Parts: sequence; C-alpha cells; structure tokens
Amino acid sequence: MPRCWEWLDRTRTAREHSRCLTTRPPFKPRTRTIDASPDKTPWIEIRDLHFARGDRKIFDGLNITIPQGQVTAIMGPSGTGKTTLLRLIGGQLRPDHGQVLVEGRDVHRLSRRELYRLRRRMGMLFQSGALLTDLNVFDNVAFPIRENTRLPEPLVRNLVLMKLEAVGLRGAVSLMPSELSGGMARRVALARAIALDPLLMMYDEPFTGLDPITMGVIVSLIRRLNDALGMTSIVVSHDVAEAGSIADWVYLISEGRVVDAGPPEQLRREASDWSRQFLEGLPDGPVPFHYPAPDYLDDLMGGDTR
Amino acid sequence: MGPFQRLGRSALGVLERLGRGHLFLLRTLLAMGTLVRRPGLLLREIYSVGVLSLLIIAVSGLFVGMVLGYQGYITLVDFGAAEALGTVVALSLVRELGPVVTALLFAGRAGSALTAEIGLMKATEQLSSMEMMAVDPYKRVIAPRFLAGVISLPLLAAIFSAVGVAGGYFIGVGVLGVDAGAYWSQMQASVDFHEDVMNGVIKSMVFGVVAAWIAVFEGYDATPTSEGVSRATTRTVVHTALAILALDFILTGLMFGDI
Repeated sequence: MPRCWEWLDRTRTAREHSRCLTTRPPFKPRTRTIDASPDKTPWIEIRDLHFARGDRKIFDGLNITIPQGQVTAIMGPSGTGKTTLLRLIGGQLRPDHGQVLVEGRDVHRLSRRELYRLRRRMGMLFQSGALLTDLNVFDNVAFPIRENTRLPEPLVRNLVLMKLEAVGLRGAVSLMPSELSGGMARRVALARAIALDPLLMMYDEPFTGLDPITMGVIVSLIRRLNDALGMTSIVVSHDVAEAGSIADWVYLISEGRVVDAGPPEQLRREASDWSRQFLEGLPDGPVPFHYPAPDYLDDLMGGDTR
Repeated sequence: MGPFQRLGRSALGVLERLGRGHLFLLRTLLAMGTLVRRPGLLLREIYSVGVLSLLIIAVSGLFVGMVLGYQGYITLVDFGAAEALGTVVALSLVRELGPVVTALLFAGRAGSALTAEIGLMKATEQLSSMEMMAVDPYKRVIAPRFLAGVISLPLLAAIFSAVGVAGGYFIGVGVLGVDAGAYWSQMQASVDFHEDVMNGVIKSMVFGVVAAWIAVFEGYDATPTSEGVSRATTRTVVHTALAILALDFILTGLMFGDI
C-alpha cells in the first residue's frame, strides 16, 4: 500500500488503491488544535474568520498565519471556500466576523484609498485568467503598469516583454485573449499579476487544466518568483503533488476550519485520517465517496419507484 | 409563506434594489473625476454607445417623420390646414417622439449592449481582476459608459428630430404637394425655442441619465452566469422602456400642463 508521503514525490499510485465503496453517514472532520504556526514573521493573519453565503457557512472560525517570504499552500476539497478566502484577503468580500490582518492592519477597516494602495502590492492569478477581452496580450500585461504608474511607454514595453519572457509568451504579444489556449491565458494572466512586482502573490488553482510541460514551468516559476523577488505566496489548490512540492507550509481546510497544518514533511509523518485520505486521494475513508443512501441492493430491488 | 408575506418580501426586495441602485449612482458620480484627466476613456465609449447607434436612430427618425407627414396631412387637409403640416411634424418630434423614441431605441441598441458587456465582464471575473490590480472599475468601466450614455442620448434625439423633419418634408412637400415655403414658415412661427426645443432637450437629458443608469447598474448587479446576464439584459430594455414612458408623462405634465 502506498505511503502517505508519496504524494509529494508526485507518484499517484495511491489513486490506484481501490476499496469496496460503502455508504456511510457524512463525516465531520476532526478539528484538532493547531498550535504549530510558521516560524517566520507573519505577513497575513486570519483570526477567527466567519463567513457565510446565505444559510451556508463557508468559514466557521478559521485561523491561518501566512509567513513572510514563504510559499503557503491552502488545500482542501472543492467547495471549501479556498477562492473565497483569497477574496477575503484581497478585501473583495467582507467577513461576517473575524479579522484579516495584512502587516498587522485589518484589511476590512481600511479606507477605499488605503485598500487600493495595499492591492498595488498584491498580485492575484485568477483561475480563469480573467484577461480583459478587448485588449491584446501586450496591453493586458501593460494594463496594471499603465493604470498605476506614470512610466514612459518605452519602459512599459520593456517591462511587459520581460514579464512575458518569464512565462514564455513574448512571441504572443499581439494575440487577443480569444486566440489563446487556456494554459496560455493563465500564463499571460501570471505575467500580468507579477507586472508590478507585488510583495504578495495569490494563486487561485494555478495548476488546473494545464498540460504537463506548462504545469512544470508554472510550478517552478511560482517557487522561483517567490525566492528571487522576495515575495510571499499563497497557493490555493487541490493539486496535492504540485502544491505540496513547492510549499513551505501547508494548511488543509474543510468544513470552514483548518483541519491540519504544518510543513509538508510534518504532514507526511503526522497526517490525520482525514488528511491522509485527502493527500493520498483514497476513494474511501473518513470522507465517504457516496452521498448517504439506503442499502444499494434494497434500493435496486425495492418497490419504491421514483 | 402566505400571500401577504410574499408581497412584503417582494416589496422589500424592490426597495433593497432601489437602494443599491442609488448607492451605485452615487459612486458612479463620485468616480467621474477620472474622466477629466482621461477624456480618451469617455471618447471611446461615446463612439461605441453614440456613434454606432447613429444608423438606427437616423433611419427610424426618417420613417417616423415620413409617417407623421402622411398622418398629419390626412388629418389637416380635411380642415384646409395642410400648410400647418410643418408645425405638426416639428412639434410632435421635438416635444415627444424625438426624446421618447430615441430613448427606447437607445435602450434596445446601446443599453442592452452596455448591460451585456458589463455583466459578462463580471461573469468572467474581469471586474474582480481590475479591483485586485488596484484599478477601480467604477472609474475605469462604469463612469465612462454612464457619461457616454448621458451625453449621447440628447445628441441622438436631436438628430432623430432633424431627420424626422426632413422625412416629413419629403412626404408632405415632395409627395403630397404641400407648399415648401408654408411648411418651413409655419414651423418657424409655431415652434418656440424655449418652450418646445429646450423642453425636448431637457426630456432627452433626463432620459439619457435614466437609460444609462439602468443599463450600467443592471450589468454591474447581474448574477454572474449566462442566465443572469441574459435576464439583466432583458430587464434593462423593459425597465428603461417603462421608466421612460412614465417619466415622459410626468415631464409633459410639468412642462406643458399649464397651457
């Protein structure tokens, strides 16, 4: 049987593991007290965060510390609010309760002007790329530079070409977003996100839908950018192998709370049953694959015809 | 839920949306300052909202003017007052049909396009990405489009009326044989600049604000899905049409009610 740390070695043999799929009542993940926190100066602190959409609770007392200069991965199953968390950090959404502190200042108490000043130091790579469809690749990457600085156009051009060179798309400057593949659009969006050399980069599912070559480039680019530019990076993902391979610190979230946290090596050694199932991609475990249902055979043979 | 609860809930929903709409308008007005520094943004939108609507406005104006020429002549000729055709055509266009029909056409042509564009920008996270790039969508996207609508509509209404008068002339004088001198002189004598022309201009300015406001608000407030954008676009056309017709009634009462 594959061991849980093999997820970091990009071997996905765990997924080959099969078990009898049984139905179980919904599992509530064990929320152990996370007393370990990254041993670095915190750049972002999320304290007792509560957020709900209508009646559905997304976060229920979330506590996270993002250390300065490191790559922090936030992982969890789909629908756990990972993207929502990035929007809360960026001040696009307002929490029902709790605080998001960036450099000790509550993001949601900043004035509009201060919030925009803070965002100039943040970059965010959206899952869809979110390129401006009426601008070509060059103008998309130049957009944040032109809007936020008064640099002369020759300098803007050089900056744009440098960023595009970093993502391997310098030759695509004149293409429109509709002419790009999904992976190319994501790379252009990455070039745009780093255009102003932000101190904090937030990546929303950066590995989804990429071919293996592009994936490898993006994975190493995130790490290299972080180290070379002295950034702080948050990678939100459910791609365990890729995110785990570049992260200094990993948070696993589920049901609105942190269920496990620590450096990848520590998680390899001390993963809870829930984390082990998630990290190894096991089909069955504390989190059931099947939605609660009556007995399969009874259901097939039963007279209740709906 | 009982019928009264449902009624109460929907009334609260309408009030909430009205409140959101007014706050949106306030933020849009506060974001106008950028356009003084960057008139290029405004000019680009005036082109897409105003210039590209010219054809439909001109053609509609021509046909409305020609129909007025026919209908006016048929009625007036029975009373031996066919020379007053110029007055009838001009007053109908300048006071009512110019501002109202232009606003309705504007809602269908430019308003729906504005809503769809902004709604799709929201659905594809372009507005969110702008916010994260420290670019205020109100300044960069909403304010230029809103002001472009406000500026364009009175100009389009003026063009509609001018082309309509020419259409009435073509039918009245060219086809039905009304005296050309009578057509123009009656028009000059009866149409007052302040009472008629300026009141029409004021109407079209009010309609411009309302039509542009509804269009950009519906786009910005749209549910970010294809169905949400489609509904928002429909709402823009329906709400704008109803608002324009209701406002026209009120403004007509205020402007011409004491005559």
